[in-house]
This record gives sequence, C-alpha cells and structure tokens, in this order.
Amino acid sequence: MTLLKEFILPRLIQWVVVIFIGVTITFLIPRLSPVNPVDQALGRMTTFQTMNPEATLALRETFLDLYGLEGNIFDQYLNFWRRLLVGDLGPSFGAFPTPVVRIIANSIGWTIGLLGISTLISWVLGLVLGSLAGYFPNRWWSQGLEKILITVYPVPYYILAFVLLMIFTYYFPIFPLVGGARGTPAFTWEYISSVLYFGTLPAISLIVGALAFRFIISKALTTSEKSSDYVQYAELAGLPKRKILFSYVTRNTMLPQVTDLALSLGALFEGALITEVVFGYPGLGYTLYNAVNSSDYNVIMGITLLSIVGIATASLLVDLSYPLVDPRVRYR
Amino acid sequence: MAAIRDLFRFSPSFRFGAIILAVVFGLVILSFFSPYESDDRRAVARNEPPSLEFILGTTSQGQDVFWMLTFAIRNTLLVAGLAVLIGRGVGVLLGMVSGYIGGTVDRLLSSLVDSVIVIPRLPLLILIASIMRGQMSILTLGLLIGLLDWAIPSKRYRAQILSLREREFTYTSVFSGMSVFKIVTREHLPFLMPYLLADVVSGFLFAIGLEVTLSILGLSDLDTQTIGTQIYWGNYYQALLTNRVWVLAAPIGASIIVVIGFYLASVGLSTYLDPRTRLGRLEVKTAVKEPETEPAAVTTQGVTL
Repeated sequence: MTLLKEFILPRLIQWVVVIFIGVTITFLIPRLSPVNPVDQALGRMTTFQTMNPEATLALRETFLDLYGLEGNIFDQYLNFWRRLLVGDLGPSFGAFPTPVVRIIANSIGWTIGLLGISTLISWVLGLVLGSLAGYFPNRWWSQGLEKILITVYPVPYYILAFVLLMIFTYYFPIFPLVGGARGTPAFTWEYISSVLYFGTLPAISLIVGALAFRFIISKALTTSEKSSDYVQYAELAGLPKRKILFSYVTRNTMLPQVTDLALSLGALFEGALITEVVFGYPGLGYTLYNAVNSSDYNVIMGITLLSIVGIATASLLVDLSYPLVDPRVRYR
Repeated sequence: MAAIRDLFRFSPSFRFGAIILAVVFGLVILSFFSPYESDDRRAVARNEPPSLEFILGTTSQGQDVFWMLTFAIRNTLLVAGLAVLIGRGVGVLLGMVSGYIGGTVDRLLSSLVDSVIVIPRLPLLILIASIMRGQMSILTLGLLIGLLDWAIPSKRYRAQILSLREREFTYTSVFSGMSVFKIVTREHLPFLMPYLLADVVSGFLFAIGLEVTLSILGLSDLDTQTIGTQIYWGNYYQALLTNRVWVLAAPIGASIIVVIGFYLASVGLSTYLDPRTRLGRLEVKTAVKEPETEPAAVTTQGVTL
C-alpha cells in the first residue's frame, strides 16, 4: 500500500499534470494569436480553390466548433477536453471529411519503423563505442572517432541530412530521392526490400546524428566511472579488460542511458519531422509538415497532442522502472 | 579575466572556438559596411561562380553571396541572442525564486518546470509559427524560441543555489549579519556567473539550430536574411539542380562553422567548470613548473576533450 501511495501515485499525478499543461497550451495557443484563425484559414482555403457555399459554411461551422469561438472560454475549454477524451480530433481540413485520427494512423507506421530501428541502432552503437573510447582514451581510433563525432554533434540536424542527401542522391546517385517504398504494400520480398532501400539513407542520417550525442555522453560517463576504486581493484586483480568494461563499468553507467533511450522512444510520436521532410518519407513528421503548409490545424494539434502524451507516458514509465534498472534507487 | 586567459592557455577547444567566434563576429561587423542593402536585388551580375570579384559567387537574383552571408549571420545571431536573453532571464529568475524561497513555492515551481521540460518543443513551435505565419518577424522568432527554452536552465540554477545555500560560507555570512540581498549578490552571484556563461553559449547553439530549421521549413520571416532563409531561397530557386552549389554551400558552411565555434567554446568552458577536471587543470599548472610530474599527463585528458 505504501508502494502505491508513496511511489506510484505521485508519478501518476505528475503525468496527469504534464498532459494537462500540454493540452492547455495546445488549447490556448490558437486563442492567443492576434489573427482570427477561422477567417485566416477560410480565406487561405478559398484563395486557392473554389468551394461550394455549403462546404464553406460547414467548414466555418467546424472551425468555429473546433476553436469554440462561441460561448465563453471556459465552456470552450471543457468542450475541447470532452472531444479529446473520446478520441475525437475532428476532421482534417486539407482532406476534408477524413478524420484526423485516420490520417495519423496511416502515417504512424512509417515513423515508428524508421525511428524505432534507427534509435535502437544508434543507442547501442553509441553506448559501445563511447564506452570503448572512454576506457581506452589514448588509442588512435578512439581519438579519431572522438574528433569526428565532436565535429558532427553541434551541426544542426537539417544541415547534416541535407548534405547527406546532396552527396548520395545527387552527386553519387546510390539512394532514391524521395518516398517510402515502391509498389503496392504486400508481404513480398520485392516490396519489403524496397522499404529497406528507401529507408536506408534517412536511417543513416538519424543514426549519425544521434550517435554523436550518445557517444559523447557515454564516453563522459565511462571516463568518470573508470576512476572508481573498484575498477582499479579489478585491474590489479588481473581481470580481462573487456570483462571489466562491459560487465562492470558499462553496467554502472546504464541508468541515465536507459532513461534517454526510453525518452527518445517516447519522442517517436513527434515524428522525425526534419528527416521526413528532407527525404520525403511518408511518416508523421511529413504529415505534420504538409499540415503546416496547408494550415490544417486539426492535424497539427492532433500530432502535437500525440507527441505530448507519448513523451509524458515514456517518462512516467522510466520513472516507474528506475528501481528495476538500478538497485540503488529504492522506493521512497 | 584570469579565467579566460587560463582557458586560452590550457584548453585547445576553447582556443579554437574563440578564434572561430572572433571571425564570425568580424563578419557581423563587416555587414555594417556592406556596399549593398540587405534586400537589394540585381545589384551585381547574376549566377557568377566564386571569383576574386565575388568571393562566394552571386545568386540568380543578382545578390552577392558573401555580403548576404554577413547580414545572415548578423540576423541569426540576433535571433539567438534574444532567445538566450529571454530564456536565461526567465530561467535564472525562476531558479532563484525556487531555490531561495523553498517550501511550497519550490515544490509547485519544480513540478511546473518538470512538466514543461517534458513537453516537446519543436511541434509546439511549429504550431505557433504556422498560426503566426506572415506576421512573424525575426524578433518574435527570437522571443518564441526564448519562451520555450527556460525550463532546463532554471532546473540547473535551482540545483546550484540549493547547494550554495548549504555551504559554510553562507552560514558564516548569515551569522555575521549580512543582509540577504548582499549575500545573494556579493557571495553567490560570482559562483553562478561561470555557469551562466556556459549556459548562454549552449543556449546560442540551441537557438541557432532552431532558427535554421524553422526558416528552412519556411516558417520564419522569409524577407529577412538569416542563415536559414538563405538556404530556403537557395532551395527555392533550385540552386542544386541548376548547378549553382555555391549559393547553398555558403550558408551551410557558415552554419556549421558558427555552431562548431560555439560548441568548442562551451566544451572548453564546461570542462573548466567541472571540479574534477579543474583539479586536473591545477595539476597542469604545477606540471608546467615541474615537467616530470607523471599523473598530470593522464588528468589533462579531460581538459583536451
């Protein structure tokens, strides 16, 4: 009972608070803006296409309903929550009657596939390389690797992805320019191999970007862990270095690393916006970008909310699993 | 001042970073002496590759890429500077209130900060920017980035202040009757300044990255020259497909150089601030006097990071 009351409950409350604040911010932003989003969006839509008056009226109703510009702000806020709790994110304005939920469902698979795999690869690679470089700081390979990754790390991700794209699709056309796959979705080798082929370059860019960060963190942690007494003891006892490094040192640096992994997996729902835009990959980020370009507020809000819930839930799970990963953290 | 001299002497990364940043600020100053206005079109011959006359070539709109770049760097740094000022201002204030007052206020503020840290910033920024599209100036962009980047600094300052509060010299000054204001400004601020400095530099890094990203997506003020908008227009006029790589290469190269400059400087600063490596640095000093000291060679590894 104390476990529930003193450990789980406060974290659950924190989770609720995070989602509450996130949703409230998403609710308030369109209202704080100096422009009337309804008229602006309507105006923009009718500039580019002619719509029949009924559709325009229906659209205006939906806009008004969505932003809840009728009634006072408190009613609007309650309404917003009521729709949210039943999973109703409203229709998309870009593809009018299609519900936002379905648009998100169509693209989320691509994102989870691409980001999930590349996040895991970069995490493992960064952890192993960083530990090795931290344990053997004077070898030529560790110093070379460090110099390269330290140069890559601060470069804005867009620039990295764009340069990769320029090199590998324009100067040396090894990889395809845009898209997620070729052919119709089917469980055939042809289709699956084209998914892999199209996904390789975006995945490489993601892995390189994330690897640099993971490497730097992991090296710093290993360097400070290496000066512990037990490492010296193990070295004096003549244990093989590989065993000291991977069975003891790396295990002790795991806690923050696992936290980061869980948080970045939670950030999957945000989509790799920039990756997907640069490589024209049909995931959540690309959908978000298109929604931004066509002022499809319902889709933008849907994805923003999804990413807030994703990250909040990931950090809740991380908090709850701390005692499992690290015996030093006790239920308090 | 002594700290900066030490950094120059013992931290190669700070030295390189500072030199790069000096060049960057040189370009910013140069922008005030530009022969063209920042939005001049057809001021020079079009589509010239880099040559002696046009160091970095010209665009298809007849702009000199080099002078464009000086404006771009100035405006990008302006956005980043504003963002850092606001973000750190809010962060320091909240951190101080939370750390000094403590109790219920601290608990409320901390849980607020913890919640804000978790909220993803890029989608939120995109949502705001897409609503404000057309009305966005580079100043509002800086303001927005700043308003989204105060939670992590404030947490860090709170932790710093909590540890300063428990130090013995704080008790000594309290017992000898110093006023709270004086303790904060005279005793604690000197400890916080270096952290603020390192934090400011990394804040610049974050804000420059965001500015470039948002501008390339076409979400900022596209009429103002920034590094991001320069890439945006380069893409817009198909610089790559028409084989005019220099139009894109200049801002891409500039963005890489600027962030690496800031990053190296911040690495130098934070290694300097880390008490463990500071110990190493002190040993470096003794090692300079007595070259035969063996362990110094090992501990300097941290400094050369």
